[in-house]
Amino acid sequence: MSTPPLLIPPAAIGAAFLLLPTVGLLIRVPWSGLREIFADSGVTQALRLSIQCSLSAAGISLVLGVPLAWVLARSRLPFTQILRAGVALPLVLPPVAGGVALYLAFGRFGVLGQYLDRWFGFTLPFTTNGVIAAETFVSMPFLVVAVEGALRGAGHAQEEAAATLGASPARVFWTVTVPAVAPSIVSGLVLCWARALGEFGATITFNGSLAGVTKTMPIAVSQALEDSPQAAEALSLVLLLIALAVLVGLRQRWLHAVSA
Amino acid sequence: MNEPALDFHASVNRGGFRLRLRLTVGAGELLAVLGPNGSGKSTLLRAIAGLAPIAEGRITLHGRVLDDVQASVLIRADARRVGMVFQDSRLFEHLRVIDNVAYAPRTRGASRSSARATAQSWLDRLGIGDLAGRRSRELSGGQAQRVAIARAFASDPAILLLDEPFAALDVQTRAAMQTELSRLLESFAGPAVLVTHDPLEALILADRIAVIENGRLVQQGTPAEITARPLTPYVAGVVGTNLYRACSSPARGVVQVQGGGQFHTDTELSAAPLLVALRPSAVTVHGRRPTEAVNVWCGMIESLRAVGDRVRLDVEARPRVCVDVSTGTVAELGLAAGVQIWLSANPVDVSVYPVPNEDHSTVTKSMSSSTARSSEASTSQ
Repeated sequence: MSTPPLLIPPAAIGAAFLLLPTVGLLIRVPWSGLREIFADSGVTQALRLSIQCSLSAAGISLVLGVPLAWVLARSRLPFTQILRAGVALPLVLPPVAGGVALYLAFGRFGVLGQYLDRWFGFTLPFTTNGVIAAETFVSMPFLVVAVEGALRGAGHAQEEAAATLGASPARVFWTVTVPAVAPSIVSGLVLCWARALGEFGATITFNGSLAGVTKTMPIAVSQALEDSPQAAEALSLVLLLIALAVLVGLRQRWLHAVSA
Repeated sequence: MNEPALDFHASVNRGGFRLRLRLTVGAGELLAVLGPNGSGKSTLLRAIAGLAPIAEGRITLHGRVLDDVQASVLIRADARRVGMVFQDSRLFEHLRVIDNVAYAPRTRGASRSSARATAQSWLDRLGIGDLAGRRSRELSGGQAQRVAIARAFASDPAILLLDEPFAALDVQTRAAMQTELSRLLESFAGPAVLVTHDPLEALILADRIAVIENGRLVQQGTPAEITARPLTPYVAGVVGTNLYRACSSPARGVVQVQGGGQFHTDTELSAAPLLVALRPSAVTVHGRRPTEAVNVWCGMIESLRAVGDRVRLDVEARPRVCVDVSTGTVAELGLAAGVQIWLSANPVDVSVYPVPNEDHSTVTKSMSSSTARSSEASTSQ
């Protein structure tokens, strides 16, 4: 079908609007000074912290999120509808509000946090663990939603077949269910990790910005913009490259599984 | 038959629908379960396999209780040793063909190499040994179903459950697979249940046929019994014969058909409600009123369609009847829709038999009364 002419101008403007900032970033990045900027300990520190926290958040999301997705997709427990809405909430909740909510739950005077503090001397906010908690809170739903969709769509028939072949529920889960939804687990995990890497609002609200402890890349970028814009541009370039790598990786192998 | 290998005596709820019947299958016997869509055939298999819970009653296999509601016994699907073949193959897409078939032996703890050896021998028996390294999405429908059958056999099942295994295949492949299946079943010692809505498949393969309608067992017997004496319009339809409800008339040797019409018959009659079966090929068509025939009636052709090398006429008459004639007859008599014709049938071909006492319904009645007794007993304790 040929494209209706009326659609072309808005489509062109839309595409330009989405692409230009990236192009601008690539043009204006201080390519010659990059080596110097990345030699700055503050920058590498933020980068390392970001990688560490986002990988941890992705790992926790994997371990907790896949079982959660299974429960949402398959169990006949009551209240799953409500649970599903609650689990998806961080997807639409402004991250800053998420940070406040985390503080009210896990802060030193929070609903749960006060006991963690009193009984175990364990505090989350303003620590690296707090960053991981905030990133997990915001990013795990991406994984859960992707895997739940896959679990609903496929696998159940094969699971029944496996049961008739003598496989216990645990064996069915590991040998049939997990392989059947593996593409969705991988794509969900990558999306989840990318979201954790870029997390800003909830992290800074819950943890502040302590260099080397809670100051991740996005926070460093926003602060660098005030006193050394070139560093902000260089850090943004790194984030852009990671995003591109994620996109290419997903497109080639897993994106179809997400849409399915 | 000795002690039945499978004894299913239970009811199963599925949505607002209830399957409730008693069926037994002997060792080495193939029971075909025939019924219209939604009659509960698949539900029956799922209950035997442990994929659907039963609401009351019990299921035993080789004397072992699989499911017993009163005794609160429930063996999980994976411990029942059922070999099930589904209509949609349900192969594991992430595994190669050989590992699909090796799945059950592996699950039982066999080493990878011995499980694969078992799998390969089953693939060879099904003539698809060369497909061992394929992925399931690279298989045709017939190949996938062969793999599914090999996988079920390789699990060393105590019972085989086949859920419309050939329904999705083309006619030629289906015929080849039916032959292959009956060959495999010859060396299978356990009971086998084949669910199908293809009457020909049931007639070819089964030792015995059970017909289910609306979750109830309406008829069971050998293929010959089923074709000779269908008990419901559905069964008559699948075996392709005319069936009438009737009662004996005061005149000797004559039955009165419900809705009009009568037949002379050679069969001894009882006073009970009767059924009359008349094969479409046993009816003769005449252009003029025949003088010598006994059962003669007239009607108008409503429709014609080709069935093999014959033509089936749907004739509006009292009683209404389907007739098979040769194409030559059609040409000779100028048969067409709307044409008035005369019909006759030899009394020998008019098969009359009583509507049976529904013995299976008395069985289910006794089941529900025993359930009621036991619940009384448990409340008084």
